[in-house]
Amino acid sequence: MMQIKNIHAKIGDNDILKGVNLTLEAGKVHVIMGPNGAGKSTLTKAIVGHYDVKVTEGEVIYKGKDILKMPPEERALEGIFLSFQNPVEVAGVNNAYFLRTALNAKEKYHNQKETNAAEFLKLMKVHVEQLGMNTDMIARGLNDGFSGGEKKRNEILQMEILQPDVIILDEIDSGLDIDALKAVSEGINRMKDGKKTFLVITHYRRILDYIHPDYIHVLQDGKIVKTGGPELVDILESQGYHALQKDT
Amino acid sequence: MATEKVDKIVSQEYQLGFSVDVIADTLPPGLSESVIAMICAKKNEPQWMYDLRVKAFHKWETMKEPHWAHIHYPPIDYQAISYFSAPKKAPNSLDEVDENILAAYAKLGIPLEEQKMLQGIAVDAVFDSVSVKTTYSETLKEKGIIFCSISEAISDYPEMIQEYLFSVVPSTDNYFAALNAAVFTDGTFVYIPKGVRCPMELSTYFRINAKNTGQFERTLIIADEGSYVSYNEGCSAPQRDENQLHAAVVELIIKKDAQIKYSTIQNWYPGDENGKGGIYNFVTKRALCDGENSKVSWTQVETGSAITWKYPSCILKGDNSVGEFYSVAITSKHQQADTGTKMIHIGKNTRSTIISKGISAMRGENSYRGLVKILPKADKARNFSQCDSLLIGSDCGAHTFPYLESQNPSAQIEHEATTSKINDEQLFYLRQRGISEENAVSMIVHGFCKEVFAQLPMEFAVEAKELLNLTLEGSVG
Repeated sequence: MMQIKNIHAKIGDNDILKGVNLTLEAGKVHVIMGPNGAGKSTLTKAIVGHYDVKVTEGEVIYKGKDILKMPPEERALEGIFLSFQNPVEVAGVNNAYFLRTALNAKEKYHNQKETNAAEFLKLMKVHVEQLGMNTDMIARGLNDGFSGGEKKRNEILQMEILQPDVIILDEIDSGLDIDALKAVSEGINRMKDGKKTFLVITHYRRILDYIHPDYIHVLQDGKIVKTGGPELVDILESQGYHALQKDT
Repeated sequence: MATEKVDKIVSQEYQLGFSVDVIADTLPPGLSESVIAMICAKKNEPQWMYDLRVKAFHKWETMKEPHWAHIHYPPIDYQAISYFSAPKKAPNSLDEVDENILAAYAKLGIPLEEQKMLQGIAVDAVFDSVSVKTTYSETLKEKGIIFCSISEAISDYPEMIQEYLFSVVPSTDNYFAALNAAVFTDGTFVYIPKGVRCPMELSTYFRINAKNTGQFERTLIIADEGSYVSYNEGCSAPQRDENQLHAAVVELIIKKDAQIKYSTIQNWYPGDENGKGGIYNFVTKRALCDGENSKVSWTQVETGSAITWKYPSCILKGDNSVGEFYSVAITSKHQQADTGTKMIHIGKNTRSTIISKGISAMRGENSYRGLVKILPKADKARNFSQCDSLLIGSDCGAHTFPYLESQNPSAQIEHEATTSKINDEQLFYLRQRGISEENAVSMIVHGFCKEVFAQLPMEFAVEAKELLNLTLEGSVG
C-alpha cells in the first residue's frame, strides 16, 4: 500500500527522522508507539506534506508514485488522510459546508458525480448520529469552540465521509473519556474493509484493545527500532521503551 | 512558507482593466467659476443650481483637505483634474448607446439589455459622468416612483431638488462634499411615494472611463411615508496608472415608517503591486431617518480603490428609528481603507447595529472608524457594534478607532472587537482534506464575511463573492 523508504527529516535545524523504513500493508492496522520526542508526529507530517517538516532524504511510494513531490491537497485527494493531534479551529467556516467542499473536491478529482447539498446533509446526519455527536455540530463553525472530545469525533466524521485509503490517526485517543473512545474506535472499525490501511500513533493500550492492530512498530530517536505483533504492546507496557534499547 | 503563497493569491491582476474608446467631450483641467459655468451650460442647469455650486466652490476654496484618517497619499493637484467628461452623443434608446460602452459593460458582466430587465432590475448606468441609459423608468412611473439621473431631476423636479438636495449632506459639510457640490456632473435621483413598496431592486453602475477625469456623483433618494426601496450601487473602473479622484455624495431621506436598504459593491481599480495607480475614493454618505419608525440599512463591500475614505452614516432623528451598517472592506497590495460609520441617536428608542469586517492582506492597511453618539433626548437608545479584523500575512495592518459619546444615561451601548489571522495551520488543515490553497483562503474569508453577505440582495451577494474571489485567488495552481 505504502512504502516509506529511508526518510530523513528536519524541523527547523533539528534532525528528527533519521532513516525511517516502514511498509504499510493494505487492510492492516499498523501502530507506531515510542517515547515522547521520538519523531512519531513528524513522520505523520512528512507523509501528508506539512510545512513544518523538511524531508531531506528518502521517498514515500504510494500507488507507484513518490508522494513527497505532491502538494498536500493532492496527497489528500489521492486518499491519504491525517487525523490531527490538535485539530485547528476555523471560525466562520461551517462544518457541513467545509466537509461537503472537501468531499466534492475528491469526487471531482476522481471524475465522480458530486454529492449535492441535500444528499450530503442526509449522509452527514447519519454519521453524526452514529458517532453520538450533537446534531448542532453540523451547522457550527469548523471545530469552533468544540471540546477536545468533540474535535476528535469530528476528525472521525471527516474520515468516514471522505473514505480515504490510508488513514493516519495521530493520538486520536488522547483526552477522550470512555464513551468517546468507544465511539471513535467504533468509527475506525467501521472503516475496516480489508483494503484500507491504518497508521495509528498512540501512547496507550486502551484504544488498541478496541481496534485490534496487526503490527506494532516502535519508533525511537528517529528510527523504527522494533516491529512485532500485538504482543509487543504487553512487553512495552510492562518494561517500557527502555527494555528495547538493550535489545538493539 | 504558506504565507508567501497567500501573497501570490491575493496579488492577482485586476480583471476589469480595459478601457474603451469613446469620443469624450472633456473640459480642460482646472477648477474655477468659469468651469462651473461651463458645466452648468453643458447640462442646461437653472441659475439657482449655478448659485448653489458657486457657493460650495467658494467655501471649498477656504477649506483644507482632511488628514485625520489613517491613510497616506501624495498631495492631490485639484487644478490638474478635468471636472467634466461626457460621451458626445446623448442616446435616447439602447440602440443608440455606443457599442464600446455596451461591450465594456458586458466585460463587467453587467447586462444592460433585456435579460436584466427580465430579472426585474431597473438599471441606471452611469458611464463617466452622464447617464447613458435609464431603463424601466416607465414601469416605475406608473407607481409614481421617480428613478432618473440627477440632471433630469434638476430640470424636471426642481421643487423636490431645492427642498432636499444638500439637506442631509450640506454643500459645505466637508472638503470633499463641498468639491462634489461644486462640480457634480451626474448621479441618481429616486423618489418613492407614500405607501409604495418599490417592486424591484434599483441599481446603478458607476464606471470611470476617461483619463484624469474626476468622478463626482451625487445620489439623492427620498422614501416618503410608509414606503420601501432597495437600492444597489456597483462600481468598477478600468486600469489606470494615474491616481483618479472619486468624491461622491449620497443623501438618503427616510420618512415615517419608511425604509431604505442601500447596498454598495465598490471595485474601483486598486493600483498595482507596487502601489502605483488606483482610485482615491473619498465618499460622503449619510441617511436621515426623519420620521418615526423609519429604517435605513447600509451594506457595503469595499474591495477596490487605492484609498477608501468612507463613513456611511445614520442620523436617527425619528423616535424608534433604526440604523444599520454592514461592511466588508478588503485591502491587499498597497490599498488603504479608513471606513466605518456614524450613528447619531437623536430620537427616543432609536436603535443601531454596526457589523464591520476588515480584511488585510499583503501590504494592505484597514481601519475601522466609527462614532456612536447618543444625544440627551435619545431615551433608551441602543447600539451594538461588532468590529472584526482578519489579517492575511504579516506585512498588513488592521486598526480600530471606535468613538462613543453618550449623553443619556438610559442608553445601552455594546462594542465587541476581534482580530484574527488566517494562519498556516488552518490552511494546512483544509488542504489536508483535499481543498486547494486558493479555495481554502477564500473559504476562510467568506466565512469571516458571511454576516455581511447575508444582508446583500441575492444577486449582489453572488457578485460580492466573485469579487472577493477575484481579489483573493488567481496565481496558485
